[in-house]
Amino acid sequence: MKTTPSSRTWDSIKRFMPIVVLTIYSIIALFPVVMILINSFKSRKAIFGAPFTFPTSETFSLIGYQTVTDRADFQIYFLNSAIVTFVALILTLLIGAMAAFALSEYDFPGNALMALYLSIGIMIPIRLGTVGILRLMVSLKLVNTLTGLILIYVAQALPLTIFILSQFMRQVPKDLKDAARIDGASEYRIFGMILPLIRPALGAIGIFTMIPIWNDLWFPLIISPSSKTATVTLGVQQFLGQFVSDWNAVLSSLTLAMIPILILYILFSQQMIRSITAGAVK
Amino acid sequence: MQQPRRQFRFPVHIAVFLAPAVLLYTLFMVIPLINSLRLSFFEIQNQNQLSFTGLQNYIRLFTDANFAPFFWRALRNNFVFFAVHMLVQNPIGLLLAALLAEGGPLRNFFRTIIFMPTVLSVVIIGFIWQLILNPLWGVAEGMLEAIGLGAWFGPWLGKPETALITVSLISVWQFVGIPMILFYAALIGIPDELTEAARVDGATGWETFWRIKFPLILPTVGIVGILTFVGNFNAFDLIYTMKGANAGPDFSTDIMGTLFYRTFFGQQLQLGNPTMGATVAAMMFLIILTGVLLYMFLWARRVQTYEL
Repeated sequence: MKTTPSSRTWDSIKRFMPIVVLTIYSIIALFPVVMILINSFKSRKAIFGAPFTFPTSETFSLIGYQTVTDRADFQIYFLNSAIVTFVALILTLLIGAMAAFALSEYDFPGNALMALYLSIGIMIPIRLGTVGILRLMVSLKLVNTLTGLILIYVAQALPLTIFILSQFMRQVPKDLKDAARIDGASEYRIFGMILPLIRPALGAIGIFTMIPIWNDLWFPLIISPSSKTATVTLGVQQFLGQFVSDWNAVLSSLTLAMIPILILYILFSQQMIRSITAGAVK
Repeated sequence: MQQPRRQFRFPVHIAVFLAPAVLLYTLFMVIPLINSLRLSFFEIQNQNQLSFTGLQNYIRLFTDANFAPFFWRALRNNFVFFAVHMLVQNPIGLLLAALLAEGGPLRNFFRTIIFMPTVLSVVIIGFIWQLILNPLWGVAEGMLEAIGLGAWFGPWLGKPETALITVSLISVWQFVGIPMILFYAALIGIPDELTEAARVDGATGWETFWRIKFPLILPTVGIVGILTFVGNFNAFDLIYTMKGANAGPDFSTDIMGTLFYRTFFGQQLQLGNPTMGATVAAMMFLIILTGVLLYMFLWARRVQTYEL
């Protein structure tokens, strides 16, 4: 085939087009976050005078962070978020794995019906039951407690966890379990044996359970809005409402709230994305 | 997988494995959901007495001057919100996925960056964009000026005509990573032989994509569509963060989630009304259920899943 100069330019345009488009979109995705991060380390004058530059020795200032640590109970919010997320995560994985094991391992009457019942929650958001949940929490005296939040988040995360884990558990070779049964291992023991084998699936589900819990505004706002039980997301939301005009404080608190999730994301992003793509390909 | 059981009794260990999940899920999700739906048929009389009123709450929601205008506006706004996601978010997600699936040395890097906003809290995203679009700070205006579009800038979040579209686009910006990653996963699952054959026959990349790859990923298109629908009709955080419970200016960004919150908890001059709140939630439930059923019976059944 003959290549004329014009077709060659066209070819190289076509070759670089994907990179160009992806680069432009990456800038769009990154730009707002970077603006907040770099400006949170500047003096008020520099935030408005030169928003697009990185902080220099003249414009560098930590005044915003000072206001935040003085005025807001961020330590408490972080601790609350960490407790709620961690406990809900462990319970979801353990309880979810147990149910998934029962559904995938045993052929008992009503198995399919039970699987269907447990998977309704994948599509119907738990928020629609808020009126009922709040009444239940009031009668159980769990309003303004972290326990209430944890129970809601576990219930919310279980359907998808069970659905995905039972698919993974079906892939564990049967011989392995049968050999253990012949050796006289109890069913509980066999469950304990399976868990390490599905570690990658547990890890992926763990990350996907954690992020919505950490980020949720709705239930902390409704079930536990007190300042003692506020999570980071709610705390930031309330703090920002009061300090709207203090730009240093606003930018710093946004940065503080973003940092933990961003660090986690950078650490686990490859694993996380790989687990979605692997799951979807199957 | 088959495990014939000798005893007729329901085996204890199966019950032990299932009980915690079934109990928690039933107690904290299924029963409250049913109770909320049930409450929409009741009214709270004096001394917190519930009295059955049939469909009275629904009739009020659709026709009463205190509720109906808000309900219909929230419903319409929610469909606009959804339409923006379908017309902007999902096509951009598909484009980015197609470009990523082409390969290239930096694809992991791009994938990570573009997915990043998705993991941040909607509250943070809402505030970030409020600052970026704030005319006081002038960052958005400065950016537009840099590419020669300075005249386009306006107080988009503050004007009733543009606020809803602006908020929708911010949500698109945050969540475009989800359709992107799902489409990407589907696209890289297509075996090379299929596209290779087309290339040998002289098909262009564009033709190969629309004639071969796209029909193969139709199941994913449906999944992305229904996920968008459920997510959008359940949305609340972004509008509440950026515009408050009143979804201003002038209720122009009010969607079902904010209407539900306001009706349930009340606002400055109006007392909260649990039963009317439950009625709004029941309508959200019906809308989402209709969407899911339409997807299951009209789309998922007809679209063939090819064994790859």
